[in-house]
Amino acid sequence: MSFPRDVFEFLTAASVAHARWDYEVSMNIVRNRRKLLMLFILLPILSVMLVEAAEIGRTASASGKPWWLWPLALFIVTFVLGILAVLGGVGGGVLFVPIVGGFFPFHLDFVRGAGLLVALSGALAAGPGLLKRNLASLRLAMPLALIASSAAIVGAMIGLALPTNIVQILLGATIIFIVIVMASAKKSDFPDIAQPDSLSQTLGIMGIYREESLGKDVEWSVHRTPQALVLFIFIGIMAGMFGLGAGWANVPVLNLVMGAPLKISVATSKFLLSITDASAAWIYLNEGAVLPIIAVPSIVGIMLGSIVGVKILAKARPRAIKWVVIGLLLFAGSRALLKGLGIWE
Amino acid sequence: MVEGRIAEEQAAYANILNIGMYLGLLALIVTFMVYVSGMLQSFVPVEELPKYWGMKAKDYVHALNAPTGWRWVAMIGKGDYLNFIGIAFLAGLTILCYLAILPILIRKKDTSYVVIAVFEVIVLLLAASGILKAGGH
Repeated sequence: MSFPRDVFEFLTAASVAHARWDYEVSMNIVRNRRKLLMLFILLPILSVMLVEAAEIGRTASASGKPWWLWPLALFIVTFVLGILAVLGGVGGGVLFVPIVGGFFPFHLDFVRGAGLLVALSGALAAGPGLLKRNLASLRLAMPLALIASSAAIVGAMIGLALPTNIVQILLGATIIFIVIVMASAKKSDFPDIAQPDSLSQTLGIMGIYREESLGKDVEWSVHRTPQALVLFIFIGIMAGMFGLGAGWANVPVLNLVMGAPLKISVATSKFLLSITDASAAWIYLNEGAVLPIIAVPSIVGIMLGSIVGVKILAKARPRAIKWVVIGLLLFAGSRALLKGLGIWE
Repeated sequence: MVEGRIAEEQAAYANILNIGMYLGLLALIVTFMVYVSGMLQSFVPVEELPKYWGMKAKDYVHALNAPTGWRWVAMIGKGDYLNFIGIAFLAGLTILCYLAILPILIRKKDTSYVVIAVFEVIVLLLAASGILKAGGH
């Protein structure tokens, strides 16, 4: 009809499409296992690409070459990370902080500030579609988000106050822990809920969604809500302290602790990040820890990389990429740990 | 698709997030292009940034007397701080979404979620206010 309406409908359709791939990619990867051969082939190639791209900028600053080589190098790296994030089923932030923090000369404060904005932008982009498809549940997210976003403020303040080497060590240890969670955590498509807990019943946390694979509507409810709320304190603190998206922790808590179906857990986790990371991002912004020259190319690079990643995924399903991502995280986590300990400067 | 079953407040939240997210990303890209094109003078010239971006944020602020909190608003005429319009908009979008669903929750007499939404707005406003500062050095 009118142009504004056409634009609105286009944006809505785009948002739903974005959410669909974001969710389906995550679901696809979450179930994947091995094929280590691809890991051995791809990991060295990708590692070399990342290090070489970072080296472009390093050389630029050392030799007085044009300043724009730096954001260009960052754009290339984040573009690759965007592809990997989609194929590996992880958030961009969790890859961004250890890799950019480990191989670029930016201070970790600015990297974490940019990392939060990367995770926030991805979550904001996916949020509308996930909510409209009833996969992300606002009712489930709101109480958890209140706890996590409050804790993320504390985490951000701690992270900015701690000495850099301590943050590096803690970041390295956390990334290695994430690797263990990614490699070993079990998932449950439809967890058994014997009895929803009284808090979730009082809050009316329940829902229904269309399960296409079964061709029917699935009703869901949750239990152990108080325990999950406690866990979200820790998740929020870590998200704020390290500037990581926290999907790697959100999903297991929603799925395995609370018993939400896997689809609901993945989608609600993604949406939750838009609230958790917003509160932490404000702290970094107000403390002067956001540099547009780092943040904006990273956001655009990761988003464009994600789009390419989806196209690759539509043609092939390189499942071993999950192990490439795990390998990269292990590499970057070890680098952060050793950098913090002063062993690998 | 089960859009028909979506709660009213969830649909309202999604619609505002949808429009706001695109506006924020558009602002981010446009202001960054203005920044790197050099159309506006920057507070820190881009050529000089490599001298400073290896510093801890606190040291960067001290070395350049860079604005903290909301003092950047007074500097949006500078190319680098112009970018903060999009960044702050994206970071503040969640507050707008919560404020939009509050009347719906109140009308539905959903008291517990009204309380949760009010507290969430307070938490986000507190974070955005700049009152909370990281201590230590």
